[in-house]
Amino acid sequence: MGIEVAVSGLTKSFGSKNIWQDITLTLPAGEVSVMLGPSGTGKTVFLKSLIGLVKPERGSVLVDGVDMVRSRERDIYEARKTFGLMFQDGALFGSMNLFDNIAFPLREHTRKKESEIRRIVMERLEMVGLVGDEEKLPGEISGGMRKRAGLARALVLDPQIILCDEPDSGLDPVRTAYTSQLLIDLNAQIDATMLIVTHNLDIAATVPDNMGMLFRRHLVTFGPREVLLTSEEPVVAQFLSGSRTGPIGMSEEKDAATLAREADSAALGPLNAVTRRLVPQLEPTPGLPERQAVRRRRERVVNMLDELPPAARRAIEADLPQNLAPLPQRTSTVRQRSQERP
Amino acid sequence: MTATEHTPPPTGGRPEEPAQPAEPAARTPLPGLGFLREPGKLFILALTVLRAIFRRPFQFREFVEQFWFIASVTILPAALVSIPFGAVIALQVGSLASQISAQSFTGAASVLVNIQQASPLIVALLISGAAGSAICADLGSRTIREELDAMEVMGVSPIQRLVVPRVLATVCVAVLLNGMVSVVGTLGGYFFNVVLQDGTPGAYLASFSALAQLPDLYISEIKALIFGFIAGIVASYRGLNPRGGPKGVGDAVNQSVVITFLLLFFVNMVLTGIYLQLVPPKGA
Repeated sequence: MGIEVAVSGLTKSFGSKNIWQDITLTLPAGEVSVMLGPSGTGKTVFLKSLIGLVKPERGSVLVDGVDMVRSRERDIYEARKTFGLMFQDGALFGSMNLFDNIAFPLREHTRKKESEIRRIVMERLEMVGLVGDEEKLPGEISGGMRKRAGLARALVLDPQIILCDEPDSGLDPVRTAYTSQLLIDLNAQIDATMLIVTHNLDIAATVPDNMGMLFRRHLVTFGPREVLLTSEEPVVAQFLSGSRTGPIGMSEEKDAATLAREADSAALGPLNAVTRRLVPQLEPTPGLPERQAVRRRRERVVNMLDELPPAARRAIEADLPQNLAPLPQRTSTVRQRSQERP
Repeated sequence: MTATEHTPPPTGGRPEEPAQPAEPAARTPLPGLGFLREPGKLFILALTVLRAIFRRPFQFREFVEQFWFIASVTILPAALVSIPFGAVIALQVGSLASQISAQSFTGAASVLVNIQQASPLIVALLISGAAGSAICADLGSRTIREELDAMEVMGVSPIQRLVVPRVLATVCVAVLLNGMVSVVGTLGGYFFNVVLQDGTPGAYLASFSALAQLPDLYISEIKALIFGFIAGIVASYRGLNPRGGPKGVGDAVNQSVVITFLLLFFVNMVLTGIYLQLVPPKGA
């Protein structure tokens, strides 16, 4: 089973430019989470600080007892072996062919025989649909193939935490759909904790168990997928509908004048017409084991149901299988709201 | 973890920035010491590499490949540079010595200059110019393509996997190359002094053995070792920290060569001073 990643109070600046501050969230063990956010909000930096490549000034990232921010370098290197990170453009070693690239972690960290390595690598290549290309150099293949090869390399050590940096960028819609399915199948097979950073709405709607969103240097929210997908928060609603109306502008933030003008004028363009509805989550390909995360998440979500906004509650309750006892109706969200605004 | 915990006030406008907590005052560096940051990082890298040399597993294959590469790009240029360099020293010292009727000491003077000064410097300049620039460009392009990040993510230290073999290779090639350059330079000096300046072979060799001593060779090799280390470290440091994009890599290569040259001549001065103080000249 995957490992829980507990982030608390994380703050990162480059020089005087603050990227994000005070991010607190927990990636539940074995579940798939997605981090959304407009371009340039530091999603990749967040991913890199989870694995210790970027050192935030404050806060901690606890993975199996190791703080990826402040622990000793040796412990961090050891902890990284439980991670698989898929880089935005694959980050393959340009001087090695695909086979050697994917075999690299095995050769560095294990004492497996070459025949064994070949078996594992071919298995992973088949998983991402690259059989037959193993002799090619990274410079000779397309961006999408590099990405898939990067995923294969991230998977080769059977990681317990998988981080994907924009698995969709540079892929056509069909390949993106395949990648989404691949990620869900992976989760069913190895039950790893997964975090996907993306701004692809299809992935966001269908893949994750949990979702979060970064905007204006803050974590807007993080919680079960239903919370974001039904959220009326202007930023979230705008982002998930791909509309131009809302706080997100072409430069990261619209200024107050633009917003005021927008409020007066009619709604912008046809994109507003896109209505959001909660689409069902992807299921693993038939024949694969059931995703254990689904059951765990259900228990977890049911326990926290009282704390969720009403829309999310309704969505979750509608989704719960009939064999679970109906949940008592409560109106605690009102209390919750009043606590928020003293 | 609650979903609403992090939700900012749901207003359409700009959320208020929370007050920045004051940075602890003790961490504020003294003003004007910013220029020490880069040398400090360079020094940290040097220490890290020294420590990592003894950490297993040693990357033997990478070391051999790098050694072979560095040797192959430096041997021929080093030999070709050292012959005229030895000749120039021999001719200059020879003509000066003949003016003050001290021709018999030409051999000793030119050989000592050659072994102690010229040879380690030639080696270091070639190592940094030919090998260091290649190392820096290689590491730099790997850095901007995130290959090194990827390596770190896989739990493999790029310092141990890539930098240590390269630095060790530059050091070893520098030490061995220094021996070759010394021999070739000395032979070149001998040839020019004896054949072109009508010096006597006997006097050349006799003065050489009268004034030169074994520590001269030791310091020469020590210098080559230190210069090779500096060249390797500076090239790796600039390669690991290029400033953004392919242009940054080009700049890094340029800087690595220039920084190495500056450091080499300074360190050479220090080492020569220490040597002259510590080791009594022969026959004094």
